[in-house]
Amino acid sequence: MSQSFDEITTQLKRRHRKSARLKWLSMASLGVALLFLIVFFADMLNKGLPAFQQAMVQVEVNYNEDAETMGRAALEPDIAPLVSRSFERLIPGMIRDNPDLLGTTETRWVLTNSDVDQYLKGHRNELSEDERAAIDERVENEQVEMKFNTTFFTHGDSKMAERAGIMAAAVGTIMTMLVTLAVAFPIGVMTAIYLEEFAPDNRFTQAIEININNLAAIPSILFGLLGLAVFINFFGVPRSSPMVGGLTLALMTLPVIIISTRAALRSVPDSIRQGAFAVGCSRWQVVRDHVLPLALPGIMTGSIIGLAQAMGETAPLIIVGMVAFIPDVSASFTQAATVLPAQVFTWAGEPERAFVEKTAGGILVLLAVLIFMNATAVLLRKKFERRW
Amino acid sequence: MQTNQIFLLFCGILLLLGLVAFFLGRAKAARVRGAGISMYAQPDQYAWFTVLATAGPALVVSGVGAFLMLLLGAQIPTTYLLVGSLAIAAGGLAIGVLQIRPDFHARQAIERVIRLLLAGAALISIFTTFGILFSIIFEAIRFFQKESLWEFITGTTWSPGASFLEAAGRAEEGGSGGQFGSIPLFAGTLMITCIAMLVAIPIGLMSSIYMSEFAPHSVRNIAKPMLEILAGIPTVVYGFFAAITVAPVIVDVAGMLGLDAAYNNAVAPGIVMGIMIIPFISSLSDDVINSVPDSMRQGALALGMTNGETIKYVVLPAALPGIISASLLAVSRALGETMIVVMAAGMRPNLTANPLEDMTTVTVSIVAALTGDQEFESSATLSAFALGLALFVVTLTLNIVSVVMIRRFREKYRINDL
Amino acid sequence: MNSQVAEREMTPMTSQRAGQPVTRNEQVNHDLSVRVRDLNLWYGENQALHDVNIDVFQKTVTALIGPSGCGKSTFLRCLNRMNDLIRDVRIDGLVEMDGRDVNEPKMDEVALRRRVGMVFQKPNPFPKSIFENVAYAPRMHDLVSRRADQDELVERSLRDAGLWEEVKDKLHQPGTSLSGGQQQRLCIARAIAVQPDVILMDEPTSALDPISTATIEDLMDKLKQQFTIVTVTHNMQQAARVADYTAFFHLGELIEYNDTKTMFSNPYTKKAEDYITGRYG
Ligand SMILES: Nc1ncnc2c1ncn2[C@@H]1O[C@H](COP(=O)(O)OP(=O)(O)OP(=O)(O)O)[C@@H](O)[C@H]1O
Ligand SMILES: [Mg+2]
Repeated sequence: MSQSFDEITTQLKRRHRKSARLKWLSMASLGVALLFLIVFFADMLNKGLPAFQQAMVQVEVNYNEDAETMGRAALEPDIAPLVSRSFERLIPGMIRDNPDLLGTTETRWVLTNSDVDQYLKGHRNELSEDERAAIDERVENEQVEMKFNTTFFTHGDSKMAERAGIMAAAVGTIMTMLVTLAVAFPIGVMTAIYLEEFAPDNRFTQAIEININNLAAIPSILFGLLGLAVFINFFGVPRSSPMVGGLTLALMTLPVIIISTRAALRSVPDSIRQGAFAVGCSRWQVVRDHVLPLALPGIMTGSIIGLAQAMGETAPLIIVGMVAFIPDVSASFTQAATVLPAQVFTWAGEPERAFVEKTAGGILVLLAVLIFMNATAVLLRKKFERRW
Repeated sequence: MQTNQIFLLFCGILLLLGLVAFFLGRAKAARVRGAGISMYAQPDQYAWFTVLATAGPALVVSGVGAFLMLLLGAQIPTTYLLVGSLAIAAGGLAIGVLQIRPDFHARQAIERVIRLLLAGAALISIFTTFGILFSIIFEAIRFFQKESLWEFITGTTWSPGASFLEAAGRAEEGGSGGQFGSIPLFAGTLMITCIAMLVAIPIGLMSSIYMSEFAPHSVRNIAKPMLEILAGIPTVVYGFFAAITVAPVIVDVAGMLGLDAAYNNAVAPGIVMGIMIIPFISSLSDDVINSVPDSMRQGALALGMTNGETIKYVVLPAALPGIISASLLAVSRALGETMIVVMAAGMRPNLTANPLEDMTTVTVSIVAALTGDQEFESSATLSAFALGLALFVVTLTLNIVSVVMIRRFREKYRINDL
Repeated sequence: MNSQVAEREMTPMTSQRAGQPVTRNEQVNHDLSVRVRDLNLWYGENQALHDVNIDVFQKTVTALIGPSGCGKSTFLRCLNRMNDLIRDVRIDGLVEMDGRDVNEPKMDEVALRRRVGMVFQKPNPFPKSIFENVAYAPRMHDLVSRRADQDELVERSLRDAGLWEEVKDKLHQPGTSLSGGQQQRLCIARAIAVQPDVILMDEPTSALDPISTATIEDLMDKLKQQFTIVTVTHNMQQAARVADYTAFFHLGELIEYNDTKTMFSNPYTKKAEDYITGRYG
């Protein structure tokens, strides 16, 4: 009556093929997703790594009297157009600060302008044929070289691409993150402790919970509107400052910290609480002395991840004005500042080719920091992961 | 006196009083205990209680005072406030020390305060939501007092005003008034969201199917965190990638097909946004697929179904509510995404069905309205809040619907677990 | 058939372990369905089955009994290769059906499961309508082509599973809306709809009330006219009531395999006797 194995196996061929097709299709999807990741990183590295190299030229600086007012006069006329104007502008000040220099000559390596830099890197530039020839000759004589770009890490923004750096943005990011952490961490952890350990299970608590979940899903730009309307217009926090940026990001990070802290608290088994209650601890003592220490790694992990998220955020900061042009590093909470992603955004809007490289370079730094933070979080979790 | 000097003075004196309170309290408690009287609490707890009694009321009074002054413009001389709150602190200290009696439950008092503090922190999240809601609604109302709500909902021309147009290089059009028909913005948003979903849902869902149903553990353990990296990349970076790398490719490809594409077409930001959302969809669907009970798969396999049939006809239908809910969340994400579209999509409100043209979105218009040189009171600036309100309502609705769906899904399988 | 297997040919009903006969020789008037020889199974390092030898006969009910954790479910899953789904499983020995070793590489486990169905301890209807729960697999297997055939098959299967009268008016409600006992019968209907040769049941009644249990026991008695049934049970009375043959497992070994009457009245081994009389386990 029933079919033999061979008959069934023959009938199954088509169905097995279909099943295999699903498998391959799904595998290919994952492959495509991972391919995106690889293409993305390759593209960023390709565009951004050159930013860490900058063309330098060896010039004869002749501190003559003309140079006291016009720096360019200190340079030989054939090379002067190739040197970064940022250096020419420094010369009068150098003479003023150190009058002994006057009349002396010095050979030193200085930044070239970005056209030379782009030419040497093989990108589009606006050099004339003669200038190219001059550069080529100096390259032969080892008077023009690519060197590690320290300017990029030690200076703030500049309209001259060869002079632009991420220092001001990095300091701004640190200041902003300090504010964010100082606000979001205590409030987030306290909220989580309240909800997880103290709150009665009533409507009010449920409302807070639903609200926190919704808050996590609100588009970040709306937090910017909140920051603008409440912090700047209502409370008068200075616009563009790390203070207002940090507060705005803190509200955004709050749900992340609350949710991960709650998860960490929940993973501490009840037996520990009951044990502590049994020896006469009050609820607060149980939390402080027994639950929190055990939950701490989880809380740290969540906070780092939340902070990393905030660090990459740009949209709300644009709204509160943190995309200012900041050439000088300033470590103040109330003065205008910018942050790394906002710096990236500003540079991405610059039309010059040299800024594409800077943008990608800034992105690489940002990504490196974020990957470092997330890796720390993952390691922390691995190290302290406990099975009860 | 300067405000921050007063602030420092206040903090300094309060700290001092706090220290005094702590040691006085502990000394008194220790003395009582030394006299051999048993007490309800430890000396340290009495000490902390005294500190709380000193600092708590003073902080509340000064906080309320500062609030009244800053926000409501009440004219209270700061020195009065300073002296007043310090006097209250001193009074609190005295009361605190007097309260140290063997029959006083200092610990419970402290715990009550801690509990209140924690509950207060929990309230902040509520304040934030309402802060967002009210600040947006408030400004949006001001916008709708100037401009017609009906035009906002049904109008097809968005041209906020002269200076905005100047920024977009189209100064000659439009008078001073500006027109605020939001349909082109929502159409652009919808177009880019659709493209993003066309990329993210199939790839994300299929990847999660592979990882949860087919992949060996080793592959899964590597692929999952790699996908998570995609989720961790800042959106400004995606925006740069879309504008600099993807958009030219789209233009070239379209050119090869004989089509004309703008450099700030909708496809590039759409695709990149899709990539950004892939890990979001895949990790949520992965959770959902994994929570379909194994007994379901075994039941299907035991009937002689192939793996593929089991997934297609049993696992996926069972997981469907969860997958839909994940997709709704993803849509809400895409609608609110800002940086990618600011950097790679157009600035021109453009009502078209051709994704190769440039078009703008709600979030781009919000950013444009708030970064111009317009004064805050102008309709052009306030329009950002009207758009923000619309965005808030839409994303919140999507979010609530998806939360309800996922809860139903989970409950269904909890009950079925017997 | 494999020649090695032929050497180890045994008379039906005789199961041997280390030369020790554990069942009484008896003439059997049933045909062989599944033949198991020297079956060993490891979960990682942990051996869960030791040299199991057993013959399962067509159109009978065979009950597997034994204390918890002795390997009954593991053994049952060997018969339709459900163990493939568990990681780190190693199987050694012969499980033969229709002249083929089910573990041989050429054997398609989907084809095997098509002929060896299974009903689980917890009812697990698909989240579909009652009708679809039953009709779905036969449609996959091309057992029915026309709509009318399908309706007829669903009705027949539900009738055979004793569920038809209860659900005929609500075929399009979800299968999960039924009671536990009804769900289990739905799962049985689903299994018989694909017309397998063997139906494996792993404690099919343990999650059910006494009345549903009795219904399913009656059902097994009816179903054995069409199918070979292997069932696991913890309930001695149930084994005694429904089974033609009973196998007693202990710590992964098949201690005794006998016809049910003998097993419960006059077991050959001491261990089986102790277990059946409730002295341990
Ligand atoms: N998936 C698995 N992985 C590892 N070991 C397993 C697995 N399933 C079962 N085992 C082990 O194999 C042995 C036999 O288990 P099995 O489930 O077959 O017992 P059982 O006789 O069905 O018990 P019960 O009556 O409780 O259902 C047990 O020791 C068990 O721990
Ligand atoms: Mg079992």
